[in-house]
Amino acid sequence: MPVKPEIHKRLAAIVGKDHVLTSAEDLIPYSFDGTAALTQMPGCVVFTTDAAQIPQILRLANETGIAVVTRGSGTGLSGGSLPTPDCIVLCTARMDRILELDRANLTLLCEPGVTTLAIADAATEAGLFYPPDPGSMKISTIGGNVAENSGGLRGLKYGVTRNYVMGMEVVLPDGQVMWLGNKCVKDVAGYSLKDLFIGSEGTLGLITKVLLRLIPRPATKKTMVATFGRMDQAAEAVSAIISAHIIPCTLEFLDRTTIHCVEDYAKIGLPLDCEALLLMETDGHPAVVAEEAAQMEKICRDQGCLEVRVAKDDAEGNRLAGARRSAFSALARMAPTTILEDATVPRSELARMIRFVEGVAVKYNLRIGTFGHMGDGNLHPTFLTDERNTDEMHRVEQAFHEIFDEAIRLGGTITGEHGVGLAKKGFLPKFAGDAQMRVMRELRKALDPKGILNPGKIFD
Amino acid sequence: MSPVNSPLKNLDYSVVQQCMHCGLCLPTCPTYDTTQLERNSPRGRISLMRAIADGKLEATRTFAEEMYYCLGCLACMTACPAGVNYAELFENARAEAEQSGVLDSPFRRALRGFTLNWLFMDLGRLQWLGAAIRFYQTLGLQRLLRWSGLLNLLPRRLRDLESMTPTVQPHFSADLIAPNTPALRGGRYRVAMLTGCAQDLIFSDVNRDTVEVLARNGCDVVTPPEQHCCGSLHAHNGELDLARRLARKQIDQFPPDAFDAIISNAAGCGSHLKHYATLLEHDPLYRDRAVQWDRKLKDIHEWLAEIGIDAPARTNAPEQTVAYHEACHLCHGQKITAQPRQLLSAIPNLKLKEMAESNWCCGSAGIYNLIQPEMADELLDRKLKHVRATQAETLATGNPGCMLQIQNGARRENLNLRVAHPVTLLAEAYRREATANTNATAPKPGETR
Repeated sequence: MPVKPEIHKRLAAIVGKDHVLTSAEDLIPYSFDGTAALTQMPGCVVFTTDAAQIPQILRLANETGIAVVTRGSGTGLSGGSLPTPDCIVLCTARMDRILELDRANLTLLCEPGVTTLAIADAATEAGLFYPPDPGSMKISTIGGNVAENSGGLRGLKYGVTRNYVMGMEVVLPDGQVMWLGNKCVKDVAGYSLKDLFIGSEGTLGLITKVLLRLIPRPATKKTMVATFGRMDQAAEAVSAIISAHIIPCTLEFLDRTTIHCVEDYAKIGLPLDCEALLLMETDGHPAVVAEEAAQMEKICRDQGCLEVRVAKDDAEGNRLAGARRSAFSALARMAPTTILEDATVPRSELARMIRFVEGVAVKYNLRIGTFGHMGDGNLHPTFLTDERNTDEMHRVEQAFHEIFDEAIRLGGTITGEHGVGLAKKGFLPKFAGDAQMRVMRELRKALDPKGILNPGKIFD
Repeated sequence: MSPVNSPLKNLDYSVVQQCMHCGLCLPTCPTYDTTQLERNSPRGRISLMRAIADGKLEATRTFAEEMYYCLGCLACMTACPAGVNYAELFENARAEAEQSGVLDSPFRRALRGFTLNWLFMDLGRLQWLGAAIRFYQTLGLQRLLRWSGLLNLLPRRLRDLESMTPTVQPHFSADLIAPNTPALRGGRYRVAMLTGCAQDLIFSDVNRDTVEVLARNGCDVVTPPEQHCCGSLHAHNGELDLARRLARKQIDQFPPDAFDAIISNAAGCGSHLKHYATLLEHDPLYRDRAVQWDRKLKDIHEWLAEIGIDAPARTNAPEQTVAYHEACHLCHGQKITAQPRQLLSAIPNLKLKEMAESNWCCGSAGIYNLIQPEMADELLDRKLKHVRATQAETLATGNPGCMLQIQNGARRENLNLRVAHPVTLLAEAYRREATANTNATAPKPGETR
């Protein structure tokens, strides 16, 4: 049932009428997020500019039973911020203030609409470091990062968003506001509820403030690119690096298809004549960086790499990392629809998983580009297809089933960093098992008895 | 609208489908950055275009207004890893808006008829109008009117427009440039020089400087006194058929195989001129020549970098600090970013100061500052803030629209700033070199040889 004009009026009374969108031309651009082939029209879009408006909106929604889907910049890759039919899209993009940077406690407090890049920049300005760097960091919001527990290129050494959230303000569906966590490094008072909200994909409550942990900035870094004639050589090199007890901050790989797409876009002179490319970065104390870089170079050469190239300065290193971040979007050069997956396996199973994915692509006669975070076992096999080709889309679906089954069999997970949302909802019960599904359902029911927050996402 | 005359429905669907809505365009879009509304973003606009192509949305007035709210700066094309051809989408979307007639009004129709269908279809007419404005300006009428306060009786919009009227040059390009200018020393290349329309009226000196610089760098330059509009104004305003007619005239006047290069010094024109092949792809008579044309078409900075600039000799002229503003249709439309900086760096006594957001639109955007003054002003303020921070005495930029916009802004804010085309700065350096040489060889007073 469409959102009634009367509701529009009540929303406008809360946020101001300039912050409520209702026309088709305004809503169509909010009918999708960064996920391929999923669209759904919302009932209206509401921009909040102040945390105090959010309890009022949720009370209104709870009272009338209208679904609320929270959205930052809409760059998610699992349909987490995709509207449900006729819902209120609550967009936090205009709540974009950094409220405090505490240099004594190394924390940053901000509103949910601040971009990841703005946080990273603010940290840098203070001589500090906020490591999580999802591919869309230039525009993705911290609220979305926390709700999806986003990863990035530095997960291997620095972890993911969860490792940097010290606290948050949350509004529950009944409008009650609570603070979770604080600036203390140690805090064991009660259940760690903040951890429940991290990665909850907007289903349990609305995050209105985030308290982040910052760390000292590494003194120096070194970026290198190694190329290989075979993909499994690259995988072996990664295993060898890890088993040599080196934890570089980045160990990314691109396959041949992805390399060509990225170079076509970024034009930074990536080597094109290879089957796999490893992007490696080590950071920290200059002596350690020099030693680790030398060791990694040797390991790559021992594994028979074609070439190792060292970035001559930070600017070149940043260009390489930036190019890697564009990989997913760049693959869209190859086909009308690009559907990427997020299967993740323990690092020891990496080479096996990569071979499996290649085999599945052949079996179902699908074009595929693969890239990802080799160092943490997080792969992004991306099918290059056309959503209008129903037969091929069906084969893509089947291929995913096999890939997820294999990931689970190898002790992995169906999503490393993109979330379940809608895209992986069907695969979750098999992965999580009955007991876990029951606990998750009961938790959700307890916090959101009327089911108004992002209904139909993660599980029904 | 029936599919027959719906440009978006007729467009190859893969162009629309290329956008995978990842959102990487959002932070580079000036309108989205200002409003944070998806509708004002590239992927939002593309979703509306796609809704029309899919038959889910009619070309409404709101749609049409949105397409004219877009600057067409193409910053999204630089940001887009997926390689979406936003320029093509944007032109077709504006054509859709025009053909649907949703913006139609007698005044708008008359204005568009006068400018697009009449004035810019024959540059003789434009020159005649330019001469009339020159008359108004040189006779002191403008000063008199401004002084009298009579202008204050006009509505604010018209008053603003009056104050933005650029000063028309005392001479147009044809008065300053011979139809054939031989290379200074040994012609290596034969090039054609496009004098443009705004450039011809308001910056004919930039055209002269361009020809001088070309001749100094080994080019025989052909500059016909009577030329045609390139059609970018028409293409960007939804008149693709008129744009096609003008493209054919250009190709007829400058057969691409007769030249090593066809030179444009206006970024907005150049960006359009390089896409005649797309514009004329369904024209069997012109298609092949259009492909060749696109290959020969060079922006002046690009061409000079290609053939190598003969650096002017250092003279004892004082050092000048110059900031560089990247015209959108140079850096995003043509991906020319290094070459203008190379050109500026070749000038001795010139210190290039990099400016924050140098590739961010200044708000000029063709005629955008006339039709969307609020957004244009906001962007201009943002630009001037960065210009001021460089403390440069001169701002160099390779597009007449940007030159005018920033000149107007600087005047409004009493900022002592010279705005110049990079090629003018280079031409001046050559002139200084020539003067120094003459002085060195001429006998000093009292000296006998």
